[in-house]
Formats: sequence, C-alpha cells, structure tokens
Amino acid sequence: MAFNYNDKDVKIVKTGAWSGGPGCHGGCGVELFVKDGKLLKVEGDESHPFLNGRLCPRALALTQYAYHPNRLQYPLRRVGARGEDKWARISWDEALDEIEYNFNKIKKEDGPESIVFGQGTGRDAGGSLIFLAYAYGSPNWTLFGLSGISCFTPRLAGMHMVCGDISFEDAAQFSPLRYDDPEFKTPELMLLWGRGTRGSQCADHYYSSHWVVDLMKRGMKLVVIDPRVTWASTRAVKHLRLRPGTDGALALGFLNVIINEGLYDKDFVEKWTYGFEELRKRVQEYPPQKVSEITWVPVEDIVEVARMYANAKPAEIRFGQPLDCNANAIGTMQALNSLWSITGNLDVPGGEVISRPPFGVTIYPYSTAETVQLYGQEFVDNMNKKRIGADKFPLVKNFRSWALSDCILDQMETGKPYPIRGVYLYTNNFMACTAQDPVRHYEAVRKLDFNVVADTFMTPTAQAIADIVIPGTTFAEKDSVFTTGVPLNAITKQVQVAECRSHWSVAFELAKRLNPAAVPWTDLKDLFSDRISVSGKTFDELAESPWAMAPKEHPSGSCGYYRYEKGLLRKDGKPGFNTPTGKVELWSTNLEKYGLDPLPHHEEQIESPISTPELYKEYPLILITGRRMPTMFHSEHRQIPWCRQFEEEPIVELHPDTAKDLGLRDGQWVWIEGVRGKVKRKLRVTPVVHPKTAMAPHGWWLPESDGAAPNLYGIWELNVNKLIPMGCESKAGYGGAPIKTMLCKIYPLGPDDTIPTEHTKMDRLDFTDSYNEVPAK
Amino acid sequence: MKNYAMLIDVYYCTGCHSCEVACQQENGLDAGVYGIKVTEHILNKKDGGLTIDYVPYLTDLCNGCAARISAGRRPNCVKACLAQCMQYGPVEEIAAEAKEALKPMLFLK
Repeated sequence: MAFNYNDKDVKIVKTGAWSGGPGCHGGCGVELFVKDGKLLKVEGDESHPFLNGRLCPRALALTQYAYHPNRLQYPLRRVGARGEDKWARISWDEALDEIEYNFNKIKKEDGPESIVFGQGTGRDAGGSLIFLAYAYGSPNWTLFGLSGISCFTPRLAGMHMVCGDISFEDAAQFSPLRYDDPEFKTPELMLLWGRGTRGSQCADHYYSSHWVVDLMKRGMKLVVIDPRVTWASTRAVKHLRLRPGTDGALALGFLNVIINEGLYDKDFVEKWTYGFEELRKRVQEYPPQKVSEITWVPVEDIVEVARMYANAKPAEIRFGQPLDCNANAIGTMQALNSLWSITGNLDVPGGEVISRPPFGVTIYPYSTAETVQLYGQEFVDNMNKKRIGADKFPLVKNFRSWALSDCILDQMETGKPYPIRGVYLYTNNFMACTAQDPVRHYEAVRKLDFNVVADTFMTPTAQAIADIVIPGTTFAEKDSVFTTGVPLNAITKQVQVAECRSHWSVAFELAKRLNPAAVPWTDLKDLFSDRISVSGKTFDELAESPWAMAPKEHPSGSCGYYRYEKGLLRKDGKPGFNTPTGKVELWSTNLEKYGLDPLPHHEEQIESPISTPELYKEYPLILITGRRMPTMFHSEHRQIPWCRQFEEEPIVELHPDTAKDLGLRDGQWVWIEGVRGKVKRKLRVTPVVHPKTAMAPHGWWLPESDGAAPNLYGIWELNVNKLIPMGCESKAGYGGAPIKTMLCKIYPLGPDDTIPTEHTKMDRLDFTDSYNEVPAK
Repeated sequence: MKNYAMLIDVYYCTGCHSCEVACQQENGLDAGVYGIKVTEHILNKKDGGLTIDYVPYLTDLCNGCAARISAGRRPNCVKACLAQCMQYGPVEEIAAEAKEALKPMLFLK
C-alpha cells in the first residue's frame, strides 16, 4: 500500500544514521516518518551535505529491521547449558543486577582487567564500550576476535607514523557547499585501491562510496587496483589485477619509478618531508621488474600508473581494508602516505586531505590523543600497564587503545599473565564473522565464567556463549552523537521498540552502578552536551539542526586545506605536521623509537605461492574473503527479506576457466578446504574473479535454521574463517590477518554431504522461534 | 498518451539496489516483488576483457509514485539513487536531458 502523504498525524523528523547495529559507519542524514510512536518509513535528508537525500538499501529497509518479529525485545537469562538454546525473559533490573553482581565479584577476585569488552566493527559501539570498560577499570577494550585488529586501525596507525594525522581522498566533504566550494578542485585521477569491489556503491562507507561516482561525473579518471574485475574497473583507464597481499610491494614499485624519474614535488619534499634520501635508498630494492614478479602486475603497467599518478594534479588514492591484511600492513600504509606526500597531494584540494573529528569532538577515539582527550594521560598510562598486547607490541601500546585480539585468545587459553574471566560483547558476532579461527575462540570463550552479549538479534555468538543477552536499538530508537568524520551529527530517539535500550544508556547506567565517580553527568544528554561543548552547542541545540561543520581555519584543524602552512595541525601552533620533526616522516622517527622498521617494506603472508610453494601445489587457489555485499553489512541483515533477497545463499566465486578445470558447474555446492579446515559454499561461476583466486563473502549464518549447538545457525558449515588462523598479527601488532591470502582447494560435496540451505528458504525468514523461551526456574 | 518519463543513465548505475528497496518500502511490496528491478550484465568484450553494467527496469507495478508527485516529492527510487543517475518528469524535459547522458534509457509512463 502506498504511503499517505496527506496524513497530518505523520511527523517527519531529520536525524542521523549511526548504529552499533544495523548498518555501516554512518554519518548519513535521514528523514524518519513517524506516526503514533511507530516508524513508518525512512528517506534520505535532502538538506544534509553528505548524501543530499540519497540512501542505501540497508537504511531504507530499517522499518523491516526495527519491527522484525525475531528482534531481541527484552533481556534474557540463559537457563539451560551454554548453547542449549534455553532462555528466560527477565527484567532490565534483573539483567543489570546480575551483570553488576558478577562484575563486582570478578573485580574483587581477579581485578577488572579480567573482563574483556569487545565490539564488532566501529560505528556507534566503540564510544560507549570503551566508556563502560574504563569506568569499570578494565583496559581490555577490543575488536574481539579480529587478528591484528586488521580493519582500519592498521591504516590509521601507518598514517599516524608518517604524518601524525590521518588523510582521506577529498570529495569536498569538509565544506557544506561540497563540490561547489570555490576552493575545491576535482581530482584528475583517483587510484581506487582495494575498495568498492562490487561497484562504488555505499557498501561500507568511510568516506562515502558514491562520492566516487560524483567525481567521475565531474571528469575524474579512475585507475583500479584490485584482483577482481569491478564495476569501477570496467570504467577505469587502467586496471591492475595484483596478487592479494602485495599492495605494499606495488606502492614501493610506484615510489621507485616516481623517485628515480624525478617525478616528485621537489619543493614539498624539501620543505615538508623528513627522510627522503633514506626512502630513495629503500625503494631501490623495489625495481619494477622485481615488483612485477611479486605482484603479478606487468612492468609496463607499474611504470605507466606511477607516471600517471605523479603527473595528475591533483590526484587522490581511495584505499580499502585489504591493505590491513598485508603481512606488513603498517609499511603498506607508510608507502601510500609517502606516495601522496612526495607528489604534493597532501592536504590540497582534490588530493588526500587530513581528517580530524569535527570541532575536535571525539566520542569514539581514533588515536591515542583522542583517548587521552577523553580519559586523561594518567588514566591512560595506568590502563596501558595491564592492556593485553601493549607489553608485547609497541605500536599497540602507543597507538589507539585496543587490547590485541591475538594475545587475548592466548590469554583466555593459558590464564597468563592473568586470567580472563568473562567477555562483554556489544554487536560482536565473532562466531559467525569477526574472529579468525572461530573454533579456537569458541572453545576458549565457552569456558569463561560470565559472558554478556548485547545485540539486536539472537546471533550464533549469543547462543553459543552468553549467560545474559540484552536487546540493543537501531538509530531510530536512541539519542547519540556521530563524531568520527564530518559533519557532527545528532541522532535523536523517535520511537521505542519493545524494551530495547541503546548501548549508551546501558553503559551509562552500568557505569554508574560500577563506579559512580566515572559518571559525573546528570544524564546521557548531559554527557553528550559535555562531549560536544567545543562545538558551542548543547545536544538539544545540535539536535535541532541536526548537523554542524566547523568553519575553515577552526583551531581544531578539522576543516580547510594547507593546514600545515597555517599552523593548524600542531599543539604549539607552529606550521608543520603533528610529528616529532614537524615534517612528513617518510622515515618514521616513532617507528624507529619503537624498534620497528622506520621505512616501508614488503613481507609475504604466511601462506602464498612465494612463501609456501609446496603447499601451493596441493592448495592451488588463493582464497579471498571479506569482500562487501551491497545490502548486507558483515554478518547483519541475513534475516531482513529486503536485504537478503539480493543474495539468498552463501556463495564462493570461481572464474569459468578455473571451474572448468576442476569439473565444477555454476550452482553446485562445493567444499572449500585449507590446511586448517573446510566449509561448504554454493558455487557461483563468474568471469569477474581472478582465475587464480576463489572469493567467498564472509559473515554467513542462517538465522532461519536451528540456533542450538552444534548447529548454531549453520556457522560450522559456512564460516570461512575456519580456514584462517589467529596469531598472524604484524610485527607492529596491528594488521596482518591473512584474510585475503589463505591457500585452498575446491571440490564437490560427496554423496552423503548435506546442503546447508536445503531446508531453509526466504519464506521462512519471518518465523518467530529464532530462540526458545522457557519459564524461569 | 504518456506524459511522464523516467531517464536512467545506465553508465553510472552501480547496482547498489537502493531503488529497488526504496520502491518496496514506498509501496509496501514484499521481498521478491519489484516495481523496479536491477539486472546485472557481465559481457565479454570483442578484444578481451569484460563490461559490467547494471540495468534498472520498471515493472508493471511501477505507478510513477503518483502520491509522491502530488505531494511535491520525487519518486522514491529517483531520490534514493546513490549514483544520482535517475530523473523523472514531463516527457519533453526529460527527453532533452537524455541527450546529455552517456548511456540513456527512457521509460515513458
């Protein structure tokens, strides 16, 4: 039935989209249509400079998500054995009492550090989770299960080591006028590097993917660096199909050509960089011929693209998560940062622009400085003493504030140097998605004393390990603030669904119970107003707009160009960059201080045609996982019909030539087998994948199947992370998870093997017994 | 007599599925029932290499978002389109726009 626009009782509210679930990294402006306390529809906000009314399918499907019959609606207590799928409804008071009791007990017995606080991917999860962990006194805030925290943090760390800040491609995102800002220049060229595998849609924005299309329309040319043929690569002037895991080597090859041919910006290099001669020496180890052998990219393409990038003024690089999965992820990001710096593309219109939170407001810290801004130097130093991984990896200690996932797993198993007693997870579905080696993780976490999972749906993770499950909210159901990019957005609560509560409000109340001194604010709005006070607005004032951008030349350095010339980047107000030398450190003094290679270099992954040639004979395909899907975000949305309709079944993709060699047909079910395990997938034969690779999207589970162990919604048959080990973190600690590079072989199911989705269909997506509620004892 | 036209510049359609879900949401359609449906075309080029195109198709269920038009809004698919490659309006105006598009496709309503 079409929507009735004449209904005077419908309220249309502008707000922001950013959730711990559902959805991606947010910042989008939306209009919510609300009547009698119910969300009727969602549209994009035309007055918001980020999207101008556009909206992705996941946000458009919010009504189906918010009112899905399977949503967790009230707190649950486990009443059977873990994994038995027996739950009893309890009140919020009972749930919070139980968490408070157990947390206080564990704190008394083994110290607060023995609870690990884990999130899934960033979003509006990290801010409330670190707040709760730190109020309780645990330094162990982590992206639970993800080896080397290999998503975004390695890129952030690599950029900080070179530049003291992070930078992204310019799409005039720091101006309310966007592309019409008179200072903005359309880049001549973009290197789209490991990003936007399906198209350039908004599958996992940061920054928004459709901006690539906006810039193409304005005349920008594309070079695509990706093993896969993509929508973008078919519209590019050049497509380099590199071997997975070799991005750093390719970047060093580009640097070799640009430096040896003198194509760099000599003025900028002389005035604003440090260690150029050392970099010049290092890149001599990466001549195009050698780089070609490492990367599979033809020599002439390496040379041609290096020249194109250096000669285009301005040019920008849009880079993706695969870089975090290089064995030396930090080095890869150093190399990219060096590329845009020595070609004069740093902090210029249409180049790579330094990105800082709007007005300097932070809620979800992206750097050590932001953690210190929120919690104070002394407190952060104290946390570092027991933060897991900080003693082993200097970059983990000195950048951002994560406890390291790989070390956490070891410590859960060994109890050394101190025991882990429980996990508190918010929108982390490690069993189906986040964790490498999910079997090892399952065995470790199921033995802990007390586990809490907060999420919007019952997940394989909650089923497998939780004692208490608490129901989270969508962005329509909560107050919050978006600060991790531009602009500063208010998110305001418009509807209440069942007894669901936002994680900020849960964290606020729990923190108050556990440590009242850590919560000096009267309520949550008071906390938000305090955090955003430098913007000159209270939360309620911001909510009226509901977004704000800092003006150019704002002292936070969060807007404008050429900020290094204007003294806007350093605390001392002097011109230069926010590094020890004040220059772009091509040779990083910090990395040297940490005992790491101050210059970029390439390392092979643990398995590859080069590092394990014998294994490659038996497992002749490179398995790439983690590519994004346009309508389902990581392990979310499998139960949302409008999202699942576009990709109903868990697939693996092979090139037609490869499938033919293996005697496989499109649509048949196959085994993907590596050294560590095997999983089933449905084969899709498509010419877009590289013939030497197999590509399997991650995060698959079947919410329509049995939730009780051992099935756990089908994860053991489908979760491709079973083939990927933990413990491959880079020498720096961050990066290195071999998510794109494990070796595998693929063969048909045997006659007795069952097909996981045989008895599950789209029409069963709304059945209501996704978990079993039994009377409380 | 058809007075309205939908112009889609297929060159810029990335296959993001926003139009399909926007339509389903607007018209209360179940999953698998479409007022607009995007199809994927992966084809071999004559000299090797591939082309990838996404082609939206208006089905018989498309009502031109008449209720939205009278409320001064654009059709929901047009508004949601992340690539901003869709336009809707009087035939003459839209036909003129089509001349500027790289790979124009027109539906008359």
